[in-house]
Amino acid sequence: MAKLLRLVATRLGLGLLTLLVVSVLIFFAVELLPGDLAEAVLGQAATEETVEAMRRQLGLDRPAPVRYLEWLGGALRGDFGTSLISGAPVGEAIATRFANTLFLAAYAAVIAVPLAILLGVLVALLRNSIFDRVANVATLTSISSPEFFVGYILILFLSIRTGWFPSNASLSGDMSLTDQLYRAFLSALTLVLVVTAHMMRMTRAAIINLLASPYIEMARLKGVPPWRRIVRHALPNAWAPIINVVALNLAYLITGVVLVEVVFVYPGIGQLLVDAVAKRDFPIVQACCLIFAATFILLNLAADVGAILTNPRLRHPK
Amino acid sequence: MSDAREVLLEIRDLRIDGYTGEEWQPIIKGVDLTLHKGEVLGLIGESGAGKSTIGAASMGFARDGTRISGGSIVFDGLDLTTAGREEKRKLRGKRIAYVAQSAAASFNPAHKIIDQHTEAPVMYGLQSRAEAEADAMALYEQLRLPNPDEIGFRYPHQVSGGQLQRAMTAMAMACRPDLIIFDEPTTALDVTTQIEVLAAIREIVERFDTAAIYITHDLAVVAQMADTIKVLLKGEEVDEAPTREMLTDPKQDYTKSLWAVRSFKRQQKPLAGPDEVPVVSVRGVSAAYGKVKVLEDVSFDIHRGRTVAVVGESGSGKSTTARCITGLLPPTRGEILFEGQALPPRYTDRTKDQLRHAQMIYQMADTALNPKIRISEIIGRPAQFYSGLSGAALRKRVEELLELIELDPAEFYDRLPPELSGGQKQRIGIARALAAEPAFIICDEVTSALDQLVAEGILKLLDRLQKELDLSYMFITHDLATVRAIADEVVVMQNGRVVEHGPKDEMFRPPHHPYTDLLLSSVPEMDPDWLTHLLDARGVDNVGSAETAL
Repeated sequence: MAKLLRLVATRLGLGLLTLLVVSVLIFFAVELLPGDLAEAVLGQAATEETVEAMRRQLGLDRPAPVRYLEWLGGALRGDFGTSLISGAPVGEAIATRFANTLFLAAYAAVIAVPLAILLGVLVALLRNSIFDRVANVATLTSISSPEFFVGYILILFLSIRTGWFPSNASLSGDMSLTDQLYRAFLSALTLVLVVTAHMMRMTRAAIINLLASPYIEMARLKGVPPWRRIVRHALPNAWAPIINVVALNLAYLITGVVLVEVVFVYPGIGQLLVDAVAKRDFPIVQACCLIFAATFILLNLAADVGAILTNPRLRHPK
Repeated sequence: MSDAREVLLEIRDLRIDGYTGEEWQPIIKGVDLTLHKGEVLGLIGESGAGKSTIGAASMGFARDGTRISGGSIVFDGLDLTTAGREEKRKLRGKRIAYVAQSAAASFNPAHKIIDQHTEAPVMYGLQSRAEAEADAMALYEQLRLPNPDEIGFRYPHQVSGGQLQRAMTAMAMACRPDLIIFDEPTTALDVTTQIEVLAAIREIVERFDTAAIYITHDLAVVAQMADTIKVLLKGEEVDEAPTREMLTDPKQDYTKSLWAVRSFKRQQKPLAGPDEVPVVSVRGVSAAYGKVKVLEDVSFDIHRGRTVAVVGESGSGKSTTARCITGLLPPTRGEILFEGQALPPRYTDRTKDQLRHAQMIYQMADTALNPKIRISEIIGRPAQFYSGLSGAALRKRVEELLELIELDPAEFYDRLPPELSGGQKQRIGIARALAAEPAFIICDEVTSALDQLVAEGILKLLDRLQKELDLSYMFITHDLATVRAIADEVVVMQNGRVVEHGPKDEMFRPPHHPYTDLLLSSVPEMDPDWLTHLLDARGVDNVGSAETAL
């Protein structure tokens, strides 16, 4: 157990190091943008004095490494600076948006992950049957279609034609949970369709990969029926690749859903990022990117730990 | 002796096809088999003879890529070739059980041993979970597993190979089946461990009067286990007779040739004179992998034209010694001399000439040859690298080498390794080592993956090459029959140390070091009473703990 904790601690340390490197990249990528930041922000209103004032206000007259350290120090305390457009603290602007994104991601994940694993086990059990082939074609189709297209199709059939669900998923804080779930349903469903396919195919492949192992043949020669061979004998050994692909998809649900948010007018962090880029609100862009990087690193760490926890050789050393 | 007993399994004109990627080819060509209740039948033959396929078919099971295409398999009145899927499934584990070759691979790594043991009896409703656990512990005790009350609650990777193999035999017994298929259950084990497993299997099969099909390629093993022996060759039956009759009076030529394999023995050469400088000299070598010490003060000499066999169980340090000599693993202490000159410990620091004189031949010719590279290049590259040959001269040299290993250059020059048989691949491995024109070759278990007839061919070839080219061999092996056949001197290793060292004749003559004695006495002999006598001599209770007692 101590060994496991040490492993987790090492991974966490490495994750923090990665995050530090990423923060450097994010900060200086903005620096590298052509033109003067102050000019860009002011746009048409740029006169020599206003630009000079803006530069001083933004602290651009000081060297970049100093500003980086200040920014990093602030970020560590949760202070990402103030928005260039609204003047409000970045943390506040992001907090509600990020909470919305997490809500939608959790909503989709709670449906998609169990569904994907269940379907994966099922198609592994019924491999090469009609059911397997239909599932194969359906998942390939959903992987190959862009998510905004899937979204519009769902709006067409479940919203416009039938009127069952609202196509506009804008939330507000005073809605009840059921109301929120109802409003966000189509966006969640779109995401479910996009990520389920990937996870299900990996589950199927990971299980089928193990079916040629001697211990599966042993189970078969012990008279263990097919469903039990898959669920009890193959699945426990297939967790590592499945957990990895689940983690990747969860990361996508948090960081990659801009298009879906746009289609359903969902007030998530993706939209915020796109808006901020368009308006050159760089403190927000930097904060969003840092959050995305942290999300990826944390989920990958979780996947590594999960893979270790499901490996009996590591869990029960000699 | 079993004629009066009831027939349990009757196979008639069994035909099985295997899919080769293009078409179905027959692999079992009309085999008959009759097994009575409580009888043990030994199935023997080389790899590819179809032993394992027949074993699986006895459970009505055809592995992926095979199909039962004809004949009948009647188990206790039910024809398994026509029975339904569920009917067959319900026999498996309950009335017919299976013990696989590699217990380590055949136990599910994700579940405790006892959970896998109790699965079948609980599933079939024969026992409650608690009863099944109690029964498992009782079986573990009968099979002389250490800590029988506790061992089942470990995961497979926490238990040694020999113990796992016994736990798997216990698992096969869980439902008290009428028939158990043993598919090479001791092939992957060391000789000393093999004894315990053989004794345990034999005793438990007798105690419960279980019928068994015992599949192996080792004649001496089958002689201990079986009432009747059936010899297979390329999917056909060659011979069948009661064990004693088969051993004393084999009828068929093929059977006789199998029996004769172990008789190859070359003359031991006279010992080297005291003044002769050894070709290779290992002086006080210690080595470690990280912090784990694997060699401790190992010393021995190898003289020109002689063969030194290094024997010991797995983990005794044989292959590590080879890695030190070749410079792959620099020793922590001691040195390696070549013709009296100390070699740099790391191969990267050695000169081309120092490198050429220590070549290796590997156990698995399959993995030691790149499957995508033609034979001409496999052999040609070292010839080019060490001798600087090219063009027509290189081609001529490769052809010479192929002739030297008794393969026709016209036929083999342009072929790829996967097109070759196991024995041919091993010959290519030998030619590759010879291409460097070495003085010394390390042979690492070069025959242990081969069938006995093929292995004998390789040993004879190595012997001939030694005479013609005045080569020195270090022969790593765990098979004492091989040692008898080719060694001049023997080094016995245990736990990283040399425990005994001397000329072969002395080694095979008492008195021995106790470990050498254990190794020697553990090698199965053709005498069907060998195991019984050995167990009597050692005292039955000692057998189970031989592994821990060492």
